[in-house]
Amino acid sequence: MTKRLFMKGNEALAMAAIEAGCRYYFGYPITPQSDIPEYMSRELPKLGGEFIQAESEVASINMLLGASATGVRAMTSSSSPGISLKQEGISYMAGAELPGVIVNICRSGPGLGGIDASQADYFQAVKGGGHGGYHIIVLAPASVQEMYDLTMLAFDLADIYRMPAMILGDSVVGQMKEPVVPNKRPERNLPPKDWVVRGKGDGEQRVVKSLYLGDGELEAHNWKLHARYGELKAKEARWEEFMLDDAELVVTAFGSAARIAKSAVMAARDKGLKVGLLRPITLYPFPEKGFRAATDRCKKVLDIELNTGQMVEDVRLSIARDAEVFFYGRPPGAGSLPTPEELLEQITKHYV
Amino acid sequence: MQQVFKKPVSLKDVQTHFCPGCHHGTFHRLVAEAMDEFGVQKRTIGVASVGCSVFLYGYFDIDVVEAPHGRAPAVATGVKRARPDAFVFTYQGDGDLAAIGTSEIIHAANRGEDMTVIFVNNTTYGMTGGQMAPTTLVGQRTSTSPYGRNQGKDGAPIRMAELLAQLEGVAFSARVAVNNPKNLMDAKRQIKKAFRYQAEGKGFSFIEALSSCPTNWGMDPIKANERVGTEMCAYFPLGVFKNAAEF
Ligand SMILES: Cc1ncc(C[n+]2csc(CCOP(=O)(O)OP(=O)(O)O)c2C)c(N)n1
Ligand code: SF4
Ligand SMILES: [Mg+2]
Repeated sequence: MTKRLFMKGNEALAMAAIEAGCRYYFGYPITPQSDIPEYMSRELPKLGGEFIQAESEVASINMLLGASATGVRAMTSSSSPGISLKQEGISYMAGAELPGVIVNICRSGPGLGGIDASQADYFQAVKGGGHGGYHIIVLAPASVQEMYDLTMLAFDLADIYRMPAMILGDSVVGQMKEPVVPNKRPERNLPPKDWVVRGKGDGEQRVVKSLYLGDGELEAHNWKLHARYGELKAKEARWEEFMLDDAELVVTAFGSAARIAKSAVMAARDKGLKVGLLRPITLYPFPEKGFRAATDRCKKVLDIELNTGQMVEDVRLSIARDAEVFFYGRPPGAGSLPTPEELLEQITKHYV
Repeated sequence: MQQVFKKPVSLKDVQTHFCPGCHHGTFHRLVAEAMDEFGVQKRTIGVASVGCSVFLYGYFDIDVVEAPHGRAPAVATGVKRARPDAFVFTYQGDGDLAAIGTSEIIHAANRGEDMTVIFVNNTTYGMTGGQMAPTTLVGQRTSTSPYGRNQGKDGAPIRMAELLAQLEGVAFSARVAVNNPKNLMDAKRQIKKAFRYQAEGKGFSFIEALSSCPTNWGMDPIKANERVGTEMCAYFPLGVFKNAAEF
């Protein structure tokens, strides 16, 4: 029988990071993700790793930058206000083509906002977040099992594509407990890290940097990154399809909102409505193909988010031209998590 | 015939972009000599900052990571923790270390990270055209203190070497200058001492290097060199402020 554990999403994520070979963690306390640094501070020393509670999120992302430059697997985690502080470092990592995993257990905003589950950092995560025009890989777990599995995937994708990868969760997937199968680290062909700093020894000097001042150098660098984003789109987009085959209305939602949406979809099916769910698992690269294929058949999409409408912009760009998109969102805050009944009402309204 | 003067092997055989009379180049040389002396070039990872020394990798023949403005001590922390066998140093200006990066330097120092910090204080933001720095002297005119630094409004210049020496995590802290041969020889000794701390795993070592910026001070190299010895040394005394292992 496969071993199953009953644990919190944040702990599953931390456990998966260790299984993926992460031995270096740098963070700063913030609710609702503090279980991650707590877990890492307990477990990493036993494994010969390093845990640092940094002086700020600015420092912790730069520690991640330094550690990643030496080729080790390393991680930082935070929640929205802290992720804002990390943007400078994320931009430098993107520019210097450094892997590294960044976890955002998103809370509500803007400003100090609140600690409730939120998806208001979607734009910040998928559109670059910091300066300079870049992308990072963004994965959106919807269960504790995915908190585990997608974290391992994030480390692999970051190494393969030499770019930062973010897990975008919230307090629902971070704080709830569910059964998890602690899968082994998958075997994967990873490219050799022949770019890391290590002390030059008898070899050539190596430099990890994002400054390119030579004539045409920076433009070429940007086109190179752009091409990599294209490759990522072609190869790594992931999504879940649930009862889509005969659907006359496609509901779409990611992360915790997708859990509630799924309950509403099942309730709609019980009432005889042909409704399905398309759940993006990778937010960047966005599952454009999934949306295109679904809307080639079905012309109505209902997008549900815990914000006032962010992913819906990418949905609109991805669908077939003659499909129609409706949006239902609840901006985050205490008492604003929608119920399945509330979503079922929306489904019924747009199903007609 | 005996060779008495040669280029350190840790330095590349290239011309620098530094202005005539700038002390950055001299400090590069002293750091490279110390690196040669301890035989650490091949296992050194330098962390470059943002300022006139941003091209560290262009002059030192060592592996280098570039840090965002002010963050070099945090980047170096990540490097050193991941590769404790590497020899790690940062090279930062006064705007970089004493303004935007104060948080990172204080906490790296306080943790006692096993690394060396070379802090080049030229009382101005050299790279961006000579604006006021946290180390700009009271009364000093810069492009953003056209009436002279006003202590009442801008505060007094920060003495980083003394400030950091108070932290338990700091093993060695000294201020040096290269404006005359005597000071230069002493600077060389202190940089080597700072390196020895790291080579022997004895903790965080800090060198504040008083430096000239003739271009932004509006002086010729000779006048700028003189200013280091007079105005700067008067406010920023040379000396060793912490030497925990008594090297
Ligand atoms: C976040 C950020 N803010 C501002 C700058 C612009 N900038 C580049 S170098 C510099 C100051 C450099 O002064 P200093 O550290 O004293 O080094 P110096 O050039 O004098 O050696 C500034 C403000 C930047 N690169 N990044
Ligand atoms: S601007 Fe100043 S600090 Fe920069 S190279 Fe010229 S003299 Fe040196
Ligand atoms: Mg300066």
